Amino acid sequence: MASLHEAKAAEATLRVSGPGPMPLTLKINGKTHKLQIEPSETLAETLRTTLGMTGTKVSCDRGTCSACTVWLDGATMCSCMTLTVDVAGRAVTTIEGLASEDGTLHPVQEAFIEKDATMCGFCTPGMVMSCAALLARNSSPTLEDVRTACSGNYCRCGTYPNVFEATLAAAKKGAS
Amino acid sequence: MTEQEKGSKSKDSTDPPQSGKDPATDGKKAGTATAHKPPGKTKIIKVPVGYYGVNIAEVEREVPLDEPPALPVNAHLNVIGKPTRRLDGELKVTGSARYTADIQLAGMLYGRMHRSTEAHAEIRSIDLSGALAHPGVRAVHIVSRAIGIAREREDKPRVVEAKVTFDRKVGVPTVKYVGQPIAAVAATTEQAAREACELIKVEYETLPFVIELEDAMKPDAPKVFKGPTEQDGTAGGGGAPKGLPQKGNLRGPETKGMFGGDRGNVETGFSQADVVIENQYRTQIHMHSALEPHGLIADWRDDMLTIYASTQGTSALRGDIASVFDLPKSKVRVITEYMGGGFGAKFGTGNYGIAAIFLSRQAKAPVKFMHDRKEEQTVSGFRPNSFQKLKIGAKKDGTITAIELESYGSGGTALGAGVGWAAQSMYKSPNFASEHYDVLTNQSPGCAFRAPGQPQGIFAVEQSIDELCEKLKIDPMAMRDKIDDNETRREQRKAGAKLFDWSSRKPAGSDAGPIKRGLGMAQGEWPRFVDMNSSCELKLTNDGSIEILSSVQDIGTGIRTVLAQVIAEELGLKPTDITVRIGDTVFPTGPASGGSVTTGSITPAVRKAAYHLKLKMFDLAANSLKCEPEDLQMKEGSIVQKSGGGSITIKKLAKGLSTDQLSVFASRTADYGGFELGDFVGFGRLSSVQFADVRVDTDTGRIYVDRIVAAHACGRPMNPLGIESQINGGILQGISWALYENRHTDKNTGVVMNPNVESYKLIGAKEIPKIDIVLLEEYLGRSATDAGGIGEPAIVPTAAAIANAVYNATGVRINTLPMTPDRVLAALRKGGSK
Repeated sequence: MASLHEAKAAEATLRVSGPGPMPLTLKINGKTHKLQIEPSETLAETLRTTLGMTGTKVSCDRGTCSACTVWLDGATMCSCMTLTVDVAGRAVTTIEGLASEDGTLHPVQEAFIEKDATMCGFCTPGMVMSCAALLARNSSPTLEDVRTACSGNYCRCGTYPNVFEATLAAAKKGAS
Repeated sequence: MTEQEKGSKSKDSTDPPQSGKDPATDGKKAGTATAHKPPGKTKIIKVPVGYYGVNIAEVEREVPLDEPPALPVNAHLNVIGKPTRRLDGELKVTGSARYTADIQLAGMLYGRMHRSTEAHAEIRSIDLSGALAHPGVRAVHIVSRAIGIAREREDKPRVVEAKVTFDRKVGVPTVKYVGQPIAAVAATTEQAAREACELIKVEYETLPFVIELEDAMKPDAPKVFKGPTEQDGTAGGGGAPKGLPQKGNLRGPETKGMFGGDRGNVETGFSQADVVIENQYRTQIHMHSALEPHGLIADWRDDMLTIYASTQGTSALRGDIASVFDLPKSKVRVITEYMGGGFGAKFGTGNYGIAAIFLSRQAKAPVKFMHDRKEEQTVSGFRPNSFQKLKIGAKKDGTITAIELESYGSGGTALGAGVGWAAQSMYKSPNFASEHYDVLTNQSPGCAFRAPGQPQGIFAVEQSIDELCEKLKIDPMAMRDKIDDNETRREQRKAGAKLFDWSSRKPAGSDAGPIKRGLGMAQGEWPRFVDMNSSCELKLTNDGSIEILSSVQDIGTGIRTVLAQVIAEELGLKPTDITVRIGDTVFPTGPASGGSVTTGSITPAVRKAAYHLKLKMFDLAANSLKCEPEDLQMKEGSIVQKSGGGSITIKKLAKGLSTDQLSVFASRTADYGGFELGDFVGFGRLSSVQFADVRVDTDTGRIYVDRIVAAHACGRPMNPLGIESQINGGILQGISWALYENRHTDKNTGVVMNPNVESYKLIGAKEIPKIDIVLLEEYLGRSATDAGGIGEPAIVPTAAAIANAVYNATGVRINTLPMTPDRVLAALRKGGSK
C-alpha cells in the first residue's frame, strides 16, 4: 500500500507538459532565449523554425544521419531526436556558435575549408560538430578515433577522406 | 535531353567513330584546322594537345574571331589548375549557406502529399472533406497526372467522383505503385498538413501487380500498363526512344546506341573465336539518398511565380514549370542558391513541385513542399536494376572477335533503364550486336543516377574481360593494351599500375588463410557532353568590384569556385576578388548539372566574357595611359603597360566609367574542330581506370576494400582540389553500390521495406578505403578552357574493379550486386572446387 501512496506522491510532483505551448528558457551558444514551445517540438525544429538558426540540418529525422548534430553540455547529440523541453537550462552549442565571437573559425572549420572536406555542404555542419567534439575530448586522435567520431555522420557526396584529413590536421595544428 | 534523344540525333553523323578511338589525340585529325570550319569570320590559334609530361604538341584550330587566345598548359598559369579553396567553404562550415530546406517566407504554408497504399489500382473516389475541415488547412489539390512515370500512347485518364467542398468529377490516373501521389494539402504548419493528409479517404479497385524485374518478364505477368508506352527524358537522362514495340511489360528491343549500334556479324565473329565466354550479370536498384531531400517553395503572385528549388537545373526547371502552367518563361523565376546533393535525381518539377505550385496559386501564399526521408527513399527516383547476358569471343592472342549483349533493366513505372554503351564502344570488336529491353514493374519511377546505365554495363563488360584474361592467361593490363585504342586509358593504366604496384598481383586464390587478399582493375568511360545553352554576364562596377552572373547552379561540385578561377586568371586577380552570383534564372542561362557537363560547358563562355571585359578595360586604359591597347596586360589588380612605365588599377579605371557598370554577355562557342556527334558530344572520352585492393573474409563473407587507386582525366584540370573530392565521391558511391546498398520491396504488397538510411545500407566512415588519385592533365584543344567533367567517370568502373579483385582473392566470381556476405559465402561454396 505504501507503494501506491508513493506513486501518487510522485505523480503529484510530475510536471505535466502540454497540450499547448509552455514557457521555457534555452541557453544556446551562450545566449539565453525565453520561448513558448510545444512539448512535442524537437530541438531541431525549435532551432530551425522558431529561432531561424538553420545551420543545423535535418535529413533523416530519426537519428541515423547525424546532420542535426549539436552539443548538449559539450557532448554530441541528434537534435532531431531530442525534445526541446528536455534541454531547458542546459548548454546547447550549435554550428552557429562554434566560431569565436569575432568570427575566427574553429580549427576544424578552418581545416575543413583547407582540405575541401565539404561538397554540397548539407552534412557539413553535423560533421564539423562531431569532429570538433572529438578534438575537445581528445586532442591527439588517431585516424580510427576520427572514423569513430563521425561514424554516425552520413555524407553522400563522399567527403569522408577529406574530413579525416582535416580533423587530423586540425588536431596537429592545435598541438603545435 | 535524354541519352536516347542524343543518340537519335546522331543519325546526322554518317561516320560513327571507331570504338575507343580518340580523334582529339589522333595527330592526323587534330592537326588539321580545316577539319571543321566554324561559321562567320575566323582565325587560327595554336592550342596545346596531348598529355602533360608525356607528349604535349601544339595544333592549329580554326575558331571564331571573337574567341580568346589559346590558353597555355596549366604550368604557365597562375590560378587555373592550382588547388583552390572553395569560395563558399566558409558559408558551408559555419552553417550559413542557405538551402531550399532552410528558407522560410512570410505567410509560408507547408505542403504534404497523400500517397497510394496500393501497388496497382483504379481510384473509385477521393474524399477530401475531412482534410479541408482540418484546422490550418488552406488548400487542397488532386493529382491529375503522376509525373515521372511512362505514359501510355493511348492515354485516357479515368474520371471519378471526388468530394472536395462540393462533389465534382475529376480525372485521375491509374495507381501503379505504392506511394503514388493522389492528393496534396497545404496547411499553416507541417503537422497540420500531415494530419490533414491522413484524413483523405480514397476508395480503390485493386488490380494485380508485379514488383520484381524477372517476374515482370514472364509472359503471364500482370501488365503494369494497358498499352505501349513512351517517355521523354530530362536534362539528366532517362526517357526512351520513341515508338519501340512493347509486349506485356517488355518494351524493346532497342538496338541503336549512341555510338552506332550493331556492326558486323556476331555469328561469324563467334565462329572465329578460340574462346567464348558467356555470363549473366545482375545489378540492383541504387538510391540517390542525397542529404537534402527533394523539395521546393512555390510563391505564386499575379505577376511572377518564384520558385526556390533543390534542383540540378534551374533553367530546365523554369522551362518545365512554364510549360506545365502555360506561363511565359519570363514570368517564372527559379532560385537555387545552395543545394544538398542531387546525383541525377533532381531534375524537373516532381509531383511535389507541381502540387506546391497549384496549392500556392489556390491559397495565395508561398507553399514549401519538401520530401521527408521516407519519401526520399521510396518515391524520389533510383538507378534502375539490370539483368544482362553478355557473350564475348576472342582469339588466343586476346583479339576480340565478337561481343553480344542482351540486357534488361527496370526503372519501375519509368522507362530508360539501359545499361550504357560500354559493350559497344569500349573495346575493338569488328562484330557487335545488342538488344535492350525496358521492363515495367509496379515500383515507383526510376530516373538518372550518376552515369546512367554505365556502371551496370561496365560491371558486366569488365568482369567478362577479366575472365577472358584468366582463360587466355594474359595479364589484364597487357590485354587492354591490345584491345583498347583509347590513348588516355593507356596513359592511365601506366601511371595507375605503377602507383598501385600492379606487378605484385598474385594468381587468383593464392592466399592460404581464411582472409584472402586480391587485386583487380577495371576501366570506364563517359562521353564528353557539352551543353551549348551556357551563357553568362560579367560586370565591372564603378567601385572596381567584379561580378559574374549565370543561372548555372553549384550542386556541390564547386563550379562557383571554378568560375572565379577562370575570371581571376584572365584578369590577373585572385578568385576571392570575384563575386559569383549563380543559381537564379534572372541571370543568363547556364547549363543544367547532369552528365558531367557543367565545367566543360560554362567555363569557355566565362573565359570569353572575361577576355572581352579585359579588352574593353584595355581600350579605356589605353585612352588614359596614352598607349595602344595591345601594349597592355593585367597584373595583380592593375592594367600595366608591357613596355614598362604606365599602369592603372582596375579600381581607378572603374571609377572613371561613364555608367555605373561595364558589362559583357557571352555564350559558349561550339567545340573547336566541331563535335563528334550532333552539337552535344565532344571528341574525347572522359576515361578512367581504377584499381582495387581488397580482402575477403571467407569465414564471414565480408569484403573489405583497403585501397582504390583511381586514374582519371577530365581535359584540363581546373581545380584539382574539387576534382579529387568528386573522384572520392564517385568511388565511395561505387563501393557502397557494390557492397551494401539494396532497396527491398515486398513483392506481395509493393511496399518498400527499408525506406530510411539505416536499413538501406550506405557506406560510412568506418568503411572508407585509402584512395590514391592519378589525375592526368589532358589537353584536347576543344574550347577556350579545354575543361571536361569528372562527376560521372568517377563512379563508372568502381564496382567492376572490386568484383575483379574479389575474384583475384578467392578464385570465385560474383556476378550479382551487391556483393553481400551471403552472396560471397554462397559463391565460395559453389565455386569451392575451383
